[in-house]
Amino acid sequence: MRIGVLTFPGSLDDVDAARAIRLAGGEPVPLWHGDHDLKDVDAVVLPGGFSYGDYLRAGAIAARSPLMRDVVAAAGGGLPVLGICNGFQVLCEAGLLPGALTRNSHLHFRNRDQGLLVERADTAWTSAYTTGQTIVVPVKNGEGRYVAAPADLDRIEGEGRVVVRYTGGNPNGSSRDIAGVTSADGRVVGLMPHPEHAVEALTGPSTDGLGFFTSVLSAMVTS
Amino acid sequence: MSATEGLSDLDTGPGRLANRLDTVDLAASTPDDEQPYAELGLRADEYDRIRGILGRRPTTAELAMYSVMWSEHCSYKSSKVHLRRFGDLPPSDALLVGIGENAGVVDVGDGYAVTFKVESHNHPSYVEPYQGAATGVGGIVRDILTMGARPVAVMDSLRFGRADAPDTARVLPGVVAGVGGYGNCLGLPNIGGELLFDDCYAGNPLVNALCVGVMRHEDVRLAKAEGVGNKAVLFGARTGGDGIGGVSVLASETFDDAADGERGPAKRPAVQVGDPFTEKLLIEACLEIFAADLVTGIQDLGGAGLSCATSELASAGTGGMHVDLDTVPLRDSTLTPAEILMSESQERMCAIVEPAKVDAFLAVCRRWDVLATVIGEVTDGERLTVDWHGERIVDVPPRTVAHEGPVYERPMRRPADLDALQADDPARLPAPSGPDELRAAWLAVVSSPDGADKSWVTEQYDRYVRGNTVQAGPEDAGVVRIDEVTHRGIALALDGNARFARLDPYTGAQLNLAEAYRNVAVSGAVPLAVTNCLNFGSPEEPEVMWQFAEAVRGLADGCRELGLPVTGGNVSLYNQTGDVPINPTPVIGVLGVHADVRRRVPTGWRAAGETVLLLGETRPEFGGSAWASVVHGHLGGRPPALDLPAERALGGLLAALSAAGLVSSAHDLADGGLAQALTESALRYGVGATLTLPGEPFPTLFSESVARAVVTTSDAGAVRAAAERAGVPVTELGTTGGAALTAGELELSLDELRAAWSATLPALFGSPADAVGTVPAGTVPTS
Repeated sequence: MRIGVLTFPGSLDDVDAARAIRLAGGEPVPLWHGDHDLKDVDAVVLPGGFSYGDYLRAGAIAARSPLMRDVVAAAGGGLPVLGICNGFQVLCEAGLLPGALTRNSHLHFRNRDQGLLVERADTAWTSAYTTGQTIVVPVKNGEGRYVAAPADLDRIEGEGRVVVRYTGGNPNGSSRDIAGVTSADGRVVGLMPHPEHAVEALTGPSTDGLGFFTSVLSAMVTS
Repeated sequence: MSATEGLSDLDTGPGRLANRLDTVDLAASTPDDEQPYAELGLRADEYDRIRGILGRRPTTAELAMYSVMWSEHCSYKSSKVHLRRFGDLPPSDALLVGIGENAGVVDVGDGYAVTFKVESHNHPSYVEPYQGAATGVGGIVRDILTMGARPVAVMDSLRFGRADAPDTARVLPGVVAGVGGYGNCLGLPNIGGELLFDDCYAGNPLVNALCVGVMRHEDVRLAKAEGVGNKAVLFGARTGGDGIGGVSVLASETFDDAADGERGPAKRPAVQVGDPFTEKLLIEACLEIFAADLVTGIQDLGGAGLSCATSELASAGTGGMHVDLDTVPLRDSTLTPAEILMSESQERMCAIVEPAKVDAFLAVCRRWDVLATVIGEVTDGERLTVDWHGERIVDVPPRTVAHEGPVYERPMRRPADLDALQADDPARLPAPSGPDELRAAWLAVVSSPDGADKSWVTEQYDRYVRGNTVQAGPEDAGVVRIDEVTHRGIALALDGNARFARLDPYTGAQLNLAEAYRNVAVSGAVPLAVTNCLNFGSPEEPEVMWQFAEAVRGLADGCRELGLPVTGGNVSLYNQTGDVPINPTPVIGVLGVHADVRRRVPTGWRAAGETVLLLGETRPEFGGSAWASVVHGHLGGRPPALDLPAERALGGLLAALSAAGLVSSAHDLADGGLAQALTESALRYGVGATLTLPGEPFPTLFSESVARAVVTTSDAGAVRAAAERAGVPVTELGTTGGAALTAGELELSLDELRAAWSATLPALFGSPADAVGTVPAGTVPTS
């Protein structure tokens, strides 16, 4: 099972995403932003970091890179895509997911171990969890405040597009404690917290994050 | 007058036709032209020496180069005679590359080598906190990269004026945001450090940043320009007008006390501006270049910029070097050649590349969107020459710029107030007795800005990136895995108690070494090597020079006793406000190795029912203690007695206990003594303890005797036996469990301890939590 990890200039957590895929039993495949080559992968992870320094809006430039055009097209055909932190920002900027990520309400970068409530356990990336399960994974961002117009938030919630919500404190002022959302078909998921940093007891606060990566592997087996 | 003003005067100044380029020929024919050497930080005798070396007056560009390279910051002219003590230490098998390169390199086993170094960015961080601190991180990361290593983690050791002083509220948040902003964007985990407050840093905060990198033995790179005809390639950011004279004007002078609010803005142009995104690209490009074996020598551009990189590369190599300054990519086309040579624009490196490999080198840079330009080549002969618009503006022997600068044996004098200070014994201070007074002292110490929870700071740093962080702050040592298969790893700690060093710089430096050694040892690691960042006042003050010499002597003696090499270091002088120097602040870093990081020992208690043991011996020692400082505002007496053999015995015991899996936690005792350590271990995971304090409670709780640690175990008998074999005294303190720390009538609930410990920094610097809430209607984009 081949899962691509897309590296933009300024991607930082690509090594972590690759490790998580490996630990889940998949084969990580490095993808380069400037190539028009998805290398026949079965799914794609857009990792955390500061693509292009995030000197424009976070994720705005990466969303327009050559390979992202291929990712958008493939996602339209059902390719599972997971965007973590900067990757979530890229997915929103690319129009694959609704809403936007803005500067944290308290204006600080914040890194802490964060409780998340899983609300959708039927997406390509969350089937290893159960609905209502609480998991702990790190959150770390400076521009992680999820926002959308109130009517859009009503629609996103009404359609059950919220995948994970912050619990035990909202780390960045996100609207309605939303930490991650999915596409209508449940194949594209973006979230600000970092499941790839919670895959080993030695280095993470838990191993709760591994489920994102095992989920997509079993989704591929099923499909 | 600032350095930049000095230079522009020089270009249009008396005796010179306006706008006429100051060439080597012109310099030879106008020997009597006045030059603004004093404004550039050079003394009259130093200027005369430059004239003697060149046999003529220097050109404007040459004067610029000498002025920055002969600055205190670059030349170590006041400290060199003392630092030789580190080179005189017995050779160590662990040391692959010693002092003198960008950073020392240590063998950590399995074919891995580790390089680590601390550097100061004190003055820039005062003038412009965010950029000063950010570029401090950027600079030390490039030093590590230059050695051929992948940078894997950073640490920061920060000191500010009183926590409640108005200026601290200006400086601290900017510094923390700068350290975080740069390190986070670079993708390096911050694994620990220090945050301390003292009035002596009010006009001169200390911002010391450490970086550690890992490579294979065969990948070590050195800064040398060898091979006639090889090309000099400048790559990374364009050169701009920022940071001109940073090393001479900012780092090698004291700030004028009288200058008030003017001094910040007036010197701001001398502070560099950081671009961590470009540095991240530079790291990845460099590592690809190293892997493909495309360079013969490499140097980063830090303090003194191109002046430093070209003269150091040429000086360390076999021959000369020629540079065409017109080829340097500029951000600002109006820069003069002297400014280009002095600019400290960040995120630049200079590599020496064989002609046949230049194309491949440039291709790697293109792939990473890194600008790379051939600016010159290695030449026959022993001159560094620089041309501008086809005319020669620099023609110097590079060694005289880089390695043969002035060396001073500054006068030294024991501080006149030291006898009185040491005689002011804290034994005269009223000690707390009875549960109520002890409780008040306990809460005061742990809620003081030095003792309080630092998560307000550490939450602004990414500690997870790269996925190898096994321990980070608030643990005693940062621990990083370097091999996922063998589980080999390293531990690092930084410590610099300046109160001890003020009372006795010789012993104080050794106590700091001992504390960093102990912090690495409690994690279960075996200490291997030492680095340092020596922050002191003006070397022109004999009393400061004495403190410096004593601290160096102490550190060297301590390293000899512990059998550890000094791999390098950094000296920061002129840290004072007006006439008042900072307390001598030798910050010591110790690197240790973990054969298996899965055996690392954390500081926090996780389980109830375990036995709490105190290792080591407690004596009533309060000189320079946190208790005396916090409760009485007192600094006097003697620091705690040093006992390096006891530290060695304790370190050996802790490593053995870790290897055998006999302890579930270990925490070193230092500032704030046992009270501070128990509080931190209990609050980490919310597990209390019921204790029986041996002897008098006050010294037991607040003494800062050395060579001590608290451990928890489910097998007290085995720990006792091991301690006995190691010759380490053991005292049973009690059992973990419950929601309080209880010792007879003295009881502190974890809730009240947590409230006291964690409220301090948010109350001073603003609570992010206060600002968290839902987004007000009308401020959201209407997509």
